[in-house]
Amino acid sequence: MTPDLLARLAAARAAKRPVALLTRLPDGTQLLFPDDPVAEELTAAAHVALRADAARQVTIDGEAWFIHPHNPPLRLIVVGAVHIAQALVPMAARLGYAVTVVDPRRAFATEERLGEVALSAEWPDEAMAALAPDSRTAVVTLTHDPKLDDPALEVALRSPAFYIGCLGSRRTHAKRLERLREAGLNEAQLAKIHAPVGLDIGAVTAPEIAVSILAQIVASRRGPKSEKT
Amino acid sequence: MSAVSTESEDLLGVAARWAAEGEKVALATVVETWGSSPRPAGSRLVLTASGRMEGSVSGGCIEGAVADAARQTMETGTPQLLDFGISDDRAWEVGLACGGKLKVFVERLG
Repeated sequence: MTPDLLARLAAARAAKRPVALLTRLPDGTQLLFPDDPVAEELTAAAHVALRADAARQVTIDGEAWFIHPHNPPLRLIVVGAVHIAQALVPMAARLGYAVTVVDPRRAFATEERLGEVALSAEWPDEAMAALAPDSRTAVVTLTHDPKLDDPALEVALRSPAFYIGCLGSRRTHAKRLERLREAGLNEAQLAKIHAPVGLDIGAVTAPEIAVSILAQIVASRRGPKSEKT
Repeated sequence: MSAVSTESEDLLGVAARWAAEGEKVALATVVETWGSSPRPAGSRLVLTASGRMEGSVSGGCIEGAVADAARQTMETGTPQLLDFGISDDRAWEVGLACGGKLKVFVERLG
């Protein structure tokens, strides 16, 4: 790989732009998709690889090409800069997520409590609208406070976010569902909520709860191995 | 066969940093897997002539053999496509105990 190509790849990643590195095997000729002109069939293969977020080898006109997609990082939006968030944020970063914490309560949303993470002190509905969750975004609400969690959820549940989880007991969740129904959300949207949040591993401490939440997020995206062919 | 390839570590960033420090750098990438290979296609290993190493292309079984090939490629500039598998005599030697097969592409940075 030339230093020039490495720099272009790094610039695309810094700009959070999806690109694919195309390498002809075995001679190592390389192209960057979609920046470099690329033949039609190779273009199609690059689109497929980016959508599936999966590297693959293809043969086109008798030539073997390795298609290596580089999508922008997955995102995690955490509503509530609470104790569990303090454990969740660094663990999610380690898993490769770009994390944003939303909390309009300035006493909570401080760098001292959370370290270097993107913080939004806007009201959750405005913050969520600005962040625009997409199909590579997970959303977790942790405030326990309906006036903060609900506005965030009203935006998240109408978005293509791949995971939405809410802290709170079954009883809290039943009341939450009633309020969200009244706010006009339908049953299919409400069924997207994972609550009580996290896999049931008997988590007690904040870091344990963070592990259970992240395990559930990973499972939502990858699916358990036993369900794959 | 393909597999999900998202890397949580910025190995290209590591490669760029080492190159900027004046190191000779090679990149090894898993380009194809069969059977129970531990790391999916797209997994990367960054190596330097001075012996630094970050990332992985297996569970540690073939990294030594890849490092030998990478040293050659760093010298000659010629990329290599390495084949590791149970049909290969080297497999036993380098200990691909999982019984998987994989191809690794090795290239010089620069």
